[in-house]
Amino acid sequence: MTAPQYQASPGLWTLAWRRLIADRLAMISLVVVMAFFALMVASGTGLIAAKWADEVAVGYAPPSLFGTPATAVKNATSVSTTEPAENLYPGTVKDPLADEIAELKVQLGAQPGGGAKSSVGAGSTPLNDEIDYKDLDLGDLKVVDPIGAELAEILATTTAAVEKPRVDSLPFGADKWGHDVILKVIKGSETSIFVGLAAALVATIIGTILGAVSGYYGGWIDDFLNWFYSIFTAIPYLLLILAIAAVLNQKGVTTIVMILGLTGWTGVYRLVRAEYIKHSTREYVQAADAIGASNMRRMFIHIFPNVSHISLVQLSVHTVGFIKSEVILSFLGFGVPVDKVSWGSMLGEAQNELILGYWWQLAAATIAMAILVTAFSMFTDALRDALDPKIK
Amino acid sequence: MNSQDQAAPLLSVRDLRVNFRLDKHTNFEALKGVSFDIPREKTIALVGESGSGKSVSSLAILGLLPKENATVDARSQIIYGGRDLLKLPGDEMRRLRGKEISMIFQDPMSSLNPVLSIGNQLSEILMLHMGLNARQAKDRSIALLEEVGLPEPSRRINAYPFQLSGGQQQRVMIAMAMACEPKLLIADEPTTALDVTIQKQIIDLVDALRKKHGMAVLWISHDLAVVGEIADRVIVMRHGEIREEGPTRQIFEAAQDRYTQALIQCRPPLDHRPKRLAVIDDFMSGADIIVDPTQAKRGLSANDEIVLEVKNLNKEFVSREGLFGKRVMRAVKDVSFSLPKGKTVGLVGESGSGKTTVGLTIMRLHQASSGEVLFKGQDLLKMSKKEQMPFKRRIQIIFQNPYASLNPRFVVGDILMEPMRIHGIGENEAEREKLARQLLDRVGMSALTFRKYPHEFSGGQRQRVAVARALSMKPDVLICDESVSALDVSVQAQVLNMLQDLQEEFQMSYIFISHDLAVVKYISDQVIVMNQGEVVEIADSDEIYRNPQHPYTQKLLGSIPRGWHAH
Repeated sequence: MTAPQYQASPGLWTLAWRRLIADRLAMISLVVVMAFFALMVASGTGLIAAKWADEVAVGYAPPSLFGTPATAVKNATSVSTTEPAENLYPGTVKDPLADEIAELKVQLGAQPGGGAKSSVGAGSTPLNDEIDYKDLDLGDLKVVDPIGAELAEILATTTAAVEKPRVDSLPFGADKWGHDVILKVIKGSETSIFVGLAAALVATIIGTILGAVSGYYGGWIDDFLNWFYSIFTAIPYLLLILAIAAVLNQKGVTTIVMILGLTGWTGVYRLVRAEYIKHSTREYVQAADAIGASNMRRMFIHIFPNVSHISLVQLSVHTVGFIKSEVILSFLGFGVPVDKVSWGSMLGEAQNELILGYWWQLAAATIAMAILVTAFSMFTDALRDALDPKIK
Repeated sequence: MNSQDQAAPLLSVRDLRVNFRLDKHTNFEALKGVSFDIPREKTIALVGESGSGKSVSSLAILGLLPKENATVDARSQIIYGGRDLLKLPGDEMRRLRGKEISMIFQDPMSSLNPVLSIGNQLSEILMLHMGLNARQAKDRSIALLEEVGLPEPSRRINAYPFQLSGGQQQRVMIAMAMACEPKLLIADEPTTALDVTIQKQIIDLVDALRKKHGMAVLWISHDLAVVGEIADRVIVMRHGEIREEGPTRQIFEAAQDRYTQALIQCRPPLDHRPKRLAVIDDFMSGADIIVDPTQAKRGLSANDEIVLEVKNLNKEFVSREGLFGKRVMRAVKDVSFSLPKGKTVGLVGESGSGKTTVGLTIMRLHQASSGEVLFKGQDLLKMSKKEQMPFKRRIQIIFQNPYASLNPRFVVGDILMEPMRIHGIGENEAEREKLARQLLDRVGMSALTFRKYPHEFSGGQRQRVAVARALSMKPDVLICDESVSALDVSVQAQVLNMLQDLQEEFQMSYIFISHDLAVVKYISDQVIVMNQGEVVEIADSDEIYRNPQHPYTQKLLGSIPRGWHAH
């Protein structure tokens, strides 16, 4: 042996790491993934994108960086946030109700007292008739608007917001409320990546422990867990997710993590179980039995280091999968609560916007997700190659 | 063919140099300029230990070196039929391979395709190389199987590899190699995985086929004794070089090279028992007194203190058959023996004789079906797991395969300290580490290997680590389950010497399980011969070799390859 004898020799993890470093593609992917993680941490601690919810631009401000079509720009700049309903539709799309609405407005405007609210006077519209009838029934009692105070407050703040200067365009565009899309994507990736990682961790831990117990002990324990696994996987995946979402019955990041973690352990379970079946009959495990190591010690101190690479690769495979699952869940409306933003909720909003030609929110979320998922997948592949348990 | 052709060798290897690229910067010179001839109709043996380059030579002849990392030097030549095989285009080489030069491998099970019947696999070769149609190929296959001595060939032709025993599989492999009547048969350790009795049959079969078909055989082996039985000429290789070449008689009776002498000497002899086996280093160092003439005495005496007593041990394996049926396989049948302090009991038998099961059952790595194992009077088999715990360290085992029995993710230090942690030996980690370093020293390993992983060691070094692990618990009984079978002969001698030294020092008792009769005879005081789960003969080791009583013992002893002397 040419290497100096006194050196502590590289462990198998070190060797795997060296193989990984030699893989250029893996390193690029790793840098990308790490950049996203750094973004997640920075956003989570409030270093960046803390003010994503500020309405800094007019609604659907176009991305100036990409030279948006003139019509879209014109439409977007004419948006007034106090009356969004009126301006939701760009000129190209004909509103079938536009004429009637205009007519109604004219009628309402002609009446004394202005709006429909608190109008007591006789009117020709059916709505006013009804109010009349109610008023008659209640006698002299003055009608009090129960949310009047709050409404006033909200109106005051929105008016204040309106008064703030809003820009007409942003480098990456703005959403319906005028949030900067780039900040929104960063904030969204915080949620999505966190959900993906945490859920993968939960799934891998559950899968590894069940797989280890099942594969190591065999017999009726294995039969029982396999039976449980079979039933579990027999339920359609989406249905299962929705069922658990319904049972947990509260929206939130923790809930999504639990939903995905509790349904996603099956793949890990099968793989880890197979490894444990293989390893539990190996001679080194018999040797561990011979020196008196207990079952738990054999399972987790002797065998686990030999199968841990499987768990690690599964962890990263599932992270990618769960990031995508979170997007689907949020898109379907079972995802993050309204006060949170994630890639999924952004895509959910985007389905309405796209018809109207506002593509930038969809593009931002999709590109961010595509880059991370691709990089992560490539890194996972490289990781699997590097951790190939073939021992030199 | 004229007479000049007859005189010329069938195949000549000239200055063969092969380099393997291990990684970016390191090359390994597997062959450093090897030259030899293979004459027609003779058997040439290539002998050497692992890493000597003997298998690389055969792969080079067949053009089967891995293309991605092996490079053959431009000066090298392999002349066959007037052509240089190294410069032959791929498709011509493929036509030659299997038709004129064919090969049989060490492990028949992994060389045969498990999902095709043996008839299919044989017919494929015949149809491919001989241009036979399916019917003709089938008839020829049956004839071939008959020729290699497979019983009931017309029925067995539809059998799958797993339905045949190891010996039968090797016969099928030989039939496949013989299918196109090759001029050269390369046999790469074809008997290493087989029992001695089967080994003898295969050696005889190959020799008979060679004579009948007039082909040449290149027999590759690590075992000089086997080679002595069959070869006309012997080539001894070491580290990619030829150390010595000559007629078999000369190699055995008047070896010139020290390495050849060492190879012959380091096998345990059957007719006497040196206290210490010679190892390669003794010869290579060039010291004058090569073989220590001191003889050891083995055998039991009446007043030995008995450490372990096995009484009527039975082990049955039950397998399900059909819906309700079950089949009971009696692996061990009423085995009884006793093991005195500081002595060795050898268990010999062929594969399937139940000798390993006895060892594992004593350790309770298998649950015994019935019987008693009394350790200093207490029955180990009746204890609960908890009660057995203090006894576990008293009986230890060293497995056959040192590559499998050490945890690949533990460094040597952890491997040695793990039993101490479990049994609370040593006050703290620092003290355990000190003990572990002493143990490494005791088994002849540098203490600097403490932080290395098992995959960095050779087989012999790993087996030393396994011995050190067992010693860390200071056992009274050590079960050696084929512990030296997987090692090269010279390393085997080192480990055997070490085991004997340790036995003397710690007064340990050994149960030595092996299929290798020479090793068992050398190291044991008493030998137990097992066949199909039963003990057929128990006697002092010298006695059993001098005067075997049971016909099975006689058959086993008759099959031991005795090298040149058998001729």
